[in-house]
Amino acid sequence: MTGRKPSLSIPAEANTAAWFFLAPALLLIGVFFFLPVAASLLLSVTDFDIYGIANASNTRFVGLQNYVKLLHTPDFWKALKNTFYFAFVGGPLTIAVSLGAALLLNSKLVRFKGFFRTIYFTPFVTTLVAVAIVWRYLYHTRYGLFNYGLSKVGVAPIDWLGDPHWAMPAIILMAVWKSFGYNMLIFIAGLQAVPEELYDAAEIDGAGAFRRFFSITLPMLAPTLVFISVITMIGYFQLFAEPYVMTQGGPLRSTTSVVLLMYEEGFRWWRMGYAAAIAFVLFVVILIATLLQFRLQRGERA
Amino acid sequence: MITDRSTRSSYAAAIAFLLFAVGACSRGPSSEPTLRLWAMGREGEVVSQLMPAFEREHPGLKVEVQQIPWSAAHEKLLTAYVGDATPDIAMLGNTWVPEFAAIDALEPLDALAAKSRDAPRSDYFPGIWNTNVVDGATYGIPWYVDTQVIFYRSDLLAAAGYKEMPTTWADWRTAMQKIKSKMSARQYPLLIPTTEWRPPVILGLQAGSPLLKDNGQYGAFHDPQFRKGFDFYVSLYHDGLAPTLSASEISNIYQEFEHGNIAMYISGPWQIGEFTNRLPKSLQDKWMTASLPGIDGPGAALAGGASLSLFRRSNHKTEAWQLMEYLSRPEVQLRFYTLTGDLPARREAWRDTALANNRYARAFREQLDRVVPTPQVPEWEQIATKVFEHGEEAVRGRKTVDRTLMELDNDVNGILEKRRFLLSQKKPAPKVAIR
Repeated sequence: MTGRKPSLSIPAEANTAAWFFLAPALLLIGVFFFLPVAASLLLSVTDFDIYGIANASNTRFVGLQNYVKLLHTPDFWKALKNTFYFAFVGGPLTIAVSLGAALLLNSKLVRFKGFFRTIYFTPFVTTLVAVAIVWRYLYHTRYGLFNYGLSKVGVAPIDWLGDPHWAMPAIILMAVWKSFGYNMLIFIAGLQAVPEELYDAAEIDGAGAFRRFFSITLPMLAPTLVFISVITMIGYFQLFAEPYVMTQGGPLRSTTSVVLLMYEEGFRWWRMGYAAAIAFVLFVVILIATLLQFRLQRGERA
Repeated sequence: MITDRSTRSSYAAAIAFLLFAVGACSRGPSSEPTLRLWAMGREGEVVSQLMPAFEREHPGLKVEVQQIPWSAAHEKLLTAYVGDATPDIAMLGNTWVPEFAAIDALEPLDALAAKSRDAPRSDYFPGIWNTNVVDGATYGIPWYVDTQVIFYRSDLLAAAGYKEMPTTWADWRTAMQKIKSKMSARQYPLLIPTTEWRPPVILGLQAGSPLLKDNGQYGAFHDPQFRKGFDFYVSLYHDGLAPTLSASEISNIYQEFEHGNIAMYISGPWQIGEFTNRLPKSLQDKWMTASLPGIDGPGAALAGGASLSLFRRSNHKTEAWQLMEYLSRPEVQLRFYTLTGDLPARREAWRDTALANNRYARAFREQLDRVVPTPQVPEWEQIATKVFEHGEEAVRGRKTVDRTLMELDNDVNGILEKRRFLLSQKKPAPKVAIR
């Protein structure tokens, strides 16, 4: 630890003491976060690759070329499109489902609340890879549970993970199931903070269930909603494990997300410089999307 | 990020010392070296069964086999190299050899192989051996071999008037047209999934294309030779002789084969077992294998399979080489064949009855005398994926052949840009050799 030693002779300033207490945390963040980020930013302006591993002098400084090349690659735009598809369809869907589940579990009519809360939360704490493998079986064209169910109502089997049109919806469905439990818990906490009197007053005023939901529940939940939508979106923009395990980005690259593309470039083809550039572009995309979201929410409240 | 080698090896030494100290505490100083062998997939599962015999032969030597899944093998090996944790020996898909040679991870084996009795170069298929040769040095010993032949319905071919598979492109096409004329609209004489890079590459090679030119610095896909093979490839689809289906759209080729929806399929040796097990009894004497036709006589296929490579940083090179020799012995190769179905790399092993009597293996034996390696550049795998990604667009009629090949060359030249730069700098890293 390299924190500055507080000297006893000089009356310790509040600032110095604060820095001293912060030092361990700052040091850790510095070493394990800022340093790697700075290193990969450096990496993204080089062409560090397999040849660079053999001999560091085979690495060239290429300026912004990686970024320029990336923006001219159709595969990148396709991956970005897929990622947006996943985030903007899967995200709202997850929020809607978790809000629905939270409302149900918060209702006074429901019994065994603890039991259901646990059941709904279980997928979230289960290992994603294990879940993805099981879901791959569920989606199997011939032996899968989904197609079995569909066949009972006379629908022809769907090649869930093999058809470019169905692969992404299949992954979204799984992701929603996997992650709605966490959001649901936060929504429940938010719902419990809504004062009961508001509902009583509304009821006396003759407001129906829908009116009560839109005029009391939703506005009171607004801060929770902002938090959840930002967290969900950031998480969903980083889509990786689901397509990695279930489809390897196929068919026809229809499930290749930006992170998967980055992984392929970095660890399959070992073009680290280029992969680092993808990481920073994704960072900017997420940053813009988050700022936009905050702006929208603020606009709504004003 | 980029640590120079001396720092890395001093770290490694420190870690090794710690490990040794720990080991020494628990079981006292031991001098018996442990060889670490990494192998992938099914081979990795069964190769440990061959180890007891080796350990009996070499008392005091221990072999630790680590099985790695194919999907993670490549990155694991690279990461191990960067992290200074490579095994003594690894099984390498032979298209990977140039890459690991380029990063200087492998030990050249020429001197060892020259005086070896158990792994004499002359007893290997030359095309297969050459996949291990980069810039004149040998970086791997072929372990098992792989190439492509045609699996076909002999009854359907006979009904079209052929006793055997034709051996030239022209006759092959005529035969397919005759088969097609007896088929319904949704049945096809030939199946080549559009997502496979091997068929167009093989046809290009047969037409005399070097695939890459100028010492592997530029793509040669838009040149007349590759163009000739590619035209033939695309015409198979456009003339209705092959369906435009990607691999994921075909749920079960054995069923399609059984129902006569396809009559020919190009694939590798592992399919012998699959065809034998999955086709019904009634069909067992109605399928056969044949080596690939060529422009005007039997044609080439790709030299595939896996090699055993020795890592430069191994501390037990002598012992490791003994293990590689042991695995190369004809009788061990045959044992391995019975365990995995992998075709042996040693020609002597093929003289054995188990293989000589397998009528489906005969076509492979014939084909193995006519195998050609893919270009020995580290970028090849990436180039190969580009071949089918672009090829698919021509097959599906989205682009003309001319434009497809031009764009393919463009992409390939982009991938090879670094290689050109390094060659122009005359740095030692890139290993140069094509075929």
